[in-house]
Amino acid sequence: MIAFRTLLYKETLRFWKVSFQTVGAPVLTSVLYLMIFGHVLEGRLQPFDGVSYTSFLVPGLVMMSVLQNAFANSSSSLIQSKITGNIVFVLLPPISWLEFYAAYVIASIVRGVVVGGGVWLASLFFSWTGVAHPLWALAFVVLGAALLGTLGVVGGIWADKFDQLAAFQNFLIMPLTMLSGVFYSINSLPPFWQALSHFNPFFFMIDGFRYGVFGVSDASPWLSLAIVSAALLVLAGMCLNMLQRGYKLRG
Amino acid sequence: MSSIDSPAIQVCGAVKQFGSLQALAGVDLEIRQGEFFGLLGPNGAGKTTLISALAGLQRLTAGSIRVMGHDVVSDYRAARSSLGVVPQELVFDPFFSVRELLRIQSGYFGIRRNDDWIDELLASLDLTSKADTNMRQLSGGMKRRVLVAQALVHKPPVIVLDEPTAGVDVELRQTLWVFIRKLNEAGHTIVLTTHYLEEAEELCGRIAMLKAGRVIALDTTPNILARVSHHALKLRVAGLDCLPAALQTQGAVLQDGMLQIPFERHAQIESLLAAVREAGAGILEVEVARPDLEQAFVEIMNAEVTA
Repeated sequence: MIAFRTLLYKETLRFWKVSFQTVGAPVLTSVLYLMIFGHVLEGRLQPFDGVSYTSFLVPGLVMMSVLQNAFANSSSSLIQSKITGNIVFVLLPPISWLEFYAAYVIASIVRGVVVGGGVWLASLFFSWTGVAHPLWALAFVVLGAALLGTLGVVGGIWADKFDQLAAFQNFLIMPLTMLSGVFYSINSLPPFWQALSHFNPFFFMIDGFRYGVFGVSDASPWLSLAIVSAALLVLAGMCLNMLQRGYKLRG
Repeated sequence: MSSIDSPAIQVCGAVKQFGSLQALAGVDLEIRQGEFFGLLGPNGAGKTTLISALAGLQRLTAGSIRVMGHDVVSDYRAARSSLGVVPQELVFDPFFSVRELLRIQSGYFGIRRNDDWIDELLASLDLTSKADTNMRQLSGGMKRRVLVAQALVHKPPVIVLDEPTAGVDVELRQTLWVFIRKLNEAGHTIVLTTHYLEEAEELCGRIAMLKAGRVIALDTTPNILARVSHHALKLRVAGLDCLPAALQTQGAVLQDGMLQIPFERHAQIESLLAAVREAGAGILEVEVARPDLEQAFVEIMNAEVTA
């Protein structure tokens, strides 16, 4: 247990030591999105009745920050350790694959929550949004961050070069997040794209979180919860299998 | 098997295959507790692969390895807790200071408050003044010493050093060996791989030589040295123009006033000196050269090629 706690502590301390880059920068980026999109689209779009566009945008941006940063935390830590070679310091001690997984993923959740919380606090300057169902909101934050943290572990272990990881991030994570309804309600989309969005697990994470905030959403929160949980289980199973086999870590 | 009377390291039929390359071709090796053991071999002999398999960084294709009686795969927790490895590469975590790193490493081994031992390690390795310095700001030699400290945070009974003095200056090398010797005297088993043969000769009680993934020699250091039977009598002589027949048959060489006569037993020295005097030469300097590991190494490797 001490080994797990130490690895979790180290993974958290690692991003905290460079918090300008790991927390400050993503919060600023989201605030810029909020200012620009809010300014341009406020009054022109109203995805949900009684919710202004800027208010609608806030939970999407919060969740996008949670997801992207959860992925960045585990993936960048692992690829850096692999490339510099200091991964041996966690491979030599008696740390089990389960402890390894839990420590990296929980640290990712912590980073996601810290950045998401920062975006939410900053958004209060632009629009006050109450939280209708805090438990629902929290459930989607934690599950979504765990899912992306797990994906980060998979990507970090799989990639041999920074370039491969960047491809993973830019050609998979980024489009799936941007096309998940952060900036729009999928009800505004043509039927084909609307249907396609239902195959994007990121849509359910963001939509579910939005339900937690507003009490309204495009899909039923139960359906979102089921899909996000199932995706997490499948991916976690895959990731644990990789770790147990020592895939790319213990040749 | 209890870990009290088990060998420190037991390698049974270790095979490691990387595609078509066989890095380990069936290694059997037993290292007793308390030994200072040398693992020698040219580049690509399989030394690092063997150490990686021992440390759980690589999995064997066949065979097994036990550390203090614990299998490195099925009982990896106990095996890894018994083992401290100083890796060959100069790796470090740039996010932390020396003390932070050693505390974290202690935690990985399940040790929560370890500052007394950490302070002792820092003092022994001459790092006390660098305790709060970030790893990035340390010189190569200092980083190397931190690696040693990291391997020792959990006071492992078995310590493996994979070429720990590569690229390290002479003074530091000495400091390091004094410290490692002390650990060995305190009962720690030390396994050392090195390219500096004189180091192995000076420090190791037993030596295994590896070539192409196989152990080609395994014996005490004196026995390995004895395999190379050629001691040599080196004489600076005056008044000797050509070699007398008695010395020629002995295989002596005369060059620029230096006479070098190989011999097998020290009892022969007297008769060799007599032969020189009989030839009418004056002896100005005498030196008896012992065979060294370098020579043994080359000869054993060559014997292997011609065998």
